[in-house]
Amino acid sequence: MESTIVSTKGFNAYFGTNHVVKDVNIDIPQNNVVAVMGPSGCGKTTFLRCINRMHELIPGATANGTIMLHNENVYDMHPIFVRLKIGMVFQRPNPFPNLSIYDNVIAGYKLNGIKLPKEEKDRIVEHSLTKSALWNEVKDALHKKGNFLSGGQQQRLCIARAIAMEPEVLLLDEPTSALDPISTSSIEALLHDLKKNYTLIIVTHNMQQAARVSDRTAFFYLGELVEYDDTKKMFTNPKDTRTQNYITGRFS
Amino acid sequence: MKTSLDNSVVTRRNSVLRVINSIKTSDIVRTSKRIKHSYRQIRTEKIFRRTLIFMGVAMVLLVLGIMLTLIVESVPSIKSLGIGYLWGKVWDPVRDIYGAYPFLLGTLLTSFLALAISVPFSFAVAIVLGEYYPKGWLSNLLKNTVELIAAVPSVIYGFWGLAVLVPIVRSFETKVGVQPVGIGIFSASLILSVMIIPYAASLGRAMIQMVPSQLKEAASALGATRWEVIRSVILPYTKSGLFAGILLSLGRALGETMAVTMVIGNTSLIPKNIFSPGNTMASVIANEFTEADHPVYLSALIELGLVLFLVTVVINMIGKRIIKRYTTV
Ligand SMILES: Nc1ncnc2c1ncn2[C@@H]1O[C@H](COP(=O)(O)OP(=O)(O)OP(=O)(O)O)[C@@H](O)[C@H]1O
Ligand SMILES: [Mg+2]
Repeated sequence: MESTIVSTKGFNAYFGTNHVVKDVNIDIPQNNVVAVMGPSGCGKTTFLRCINRMHELIPGATANGTIMLHNENVYDMHPIFVRLKIGMVFQRPNPFPNLSIYDNVIAGYKLNGIKLPKEEKDRIVEHSLTKSALWNEVKDALHKKGNFLSGGQQQRLCIARAIAMEPEVLLLDEPTSALDPISTSSIEALLHDLKKNYTLIIVTHNMQQAARVSDRTAFFYLGELVEYDDTKKMFTNPKDTRTQNYITGRFS
Repeated sequence: MKTSLDNSVVTRRNSVLRVINSIKTSDIVRTSKRIKHSYRQIRTEKIFRRTLIFMGVAMVLLVLGIMLTLIVESVPSIKSLGIGYLWGKVWDPVRDIYGAYPFLLGTLLTSFLALAISVPFSFAVAIVLGEYYPKGWLSNLLKNTVELIAAVPSVIYGFWGLAVLVPIVRSFETKVGVQPVGIGIFSASLILSVMIIPYAASLGRAMIQMVPSQLKEAASALGATRWEVIRSVILPYTKSGLFAGILLSLGRALGETMAVTMVIGNTSLIPKNIFSPGNTMASVIANEFTEADHPVYLSALIELGLVLFLVTVVINMIGKRIIKRYTTV
């Protein structure tokens, strides 16, 4: 039995008075890939952003309930520490345009004012880029700006930037929705490898993708967690009719 | 089958006839009136367009004319004083000696001192309005107040400077042990620094609001605090825009006349330090233009105006170019 790394209890999130995440209880096992699915606007992004407390940065956005990381409530920790332990990759690749590839990877250290010796930085950069399957493509251009990279390479750079901080959990919000099929499959392959060291929570609209990469799938509908199960079980034998309808494409 | 076809032909013919019958002579008359009317519309449109073009051209000619006047009127001074006029250290119309150096120095001192004082405030306002509180009543209040600063007539600042600022500066001067005059370069810089806050602030706010939120989120998600996001994402991203804002403020400071003339002390001696009385290019023109009683004196003042004009034009052009390059990327 794997141990649980993230677990939420009675979690709610709001935009002003708009209740968009409703009473969510979910346990995320360590070193798993958990896919979050559901129709557009059902609160997937919002829920994901609550886990690393990015949600509260939006004016008027509030949340209540608990999200435990190991044995600690994320909402009792300082948000900066939460975000260092729980990394995030966004829907659109967003490397810093004014920084080189190298500096992008260690941007998290720079931003937090952490000074590292050069060898340490080199090691982190190589390690992170290798893990994000980008090292071979960029090792000769580390000090060039990242804007000549393809969308898929930029997204892998963002993954490298996130794992450079050695987080425990990596949140990915539709990381391949802005990418072509080839970049998408290289990122999917990457997720498979990352699972050894990290726990991944990935929002996706693509059922094939969820089936390919995830161990468990959570289905959200209108802000509620309707069903959460083993991905295979979920796709072959969904219990809730709403999940059935979604999987069979009756609404999107 | 056949009858139904016939039927449909008949109905169609009938409907065409009905339409033809419904057109009355009055309609035709009205149509021709309508055509006449649209001829008039076309003519109006033409006149309107020509007026607009004329006005636009007139504006350009006007500015060119001003520049031409400045050049032509400066010729006597340029001829008799030469290029050395610019760094001549003495300005003594009584002895017919004209050197612009004291005013160039006075202008640079007041403007850059004012800039140094105002830029931190401008940036603070820009960051508060652009990043911390883009919306809400407090933000509106601050935004409108700062914009109002630019709308207040400069003579008001001059009054306020004389009534409030100069006494304060005087007691400050007593404390630091320089001659307590009150009026002088320092007072002028203080007044100016207030007057030029809005230029860098408004532009800076606009630039800061243009920073893509995904970059700010990327930094936040890496554990950056608000301040770290500002320092490492917003400022590098907006630096040329902020620089352009500083240039616009500088352009304003260089040319400001009324308020400066009222508090700067109006002496043509070279200022010894920032507390000395002095004159800027603009203030000496305003102060002495009506007294200039012979041609070279007058022309020397106008040449000063020409220099000021060119400097501010160049600074504004550089600023605008930066803004343009920056906003079209
Ligand atoms: N910044 C915001 N301010 C106010 N309301 C928001 C904001 N972002 C999202 N919402 C609202 O919250 C609800 C959930 O949005 P969310 O982005 O979490 O959905 P989603 O499941 O990620 O959708 P999608 O699949 O389209 O990305 C939506 O109804 C949306 O209108
Ligand atoms: Mg979303």
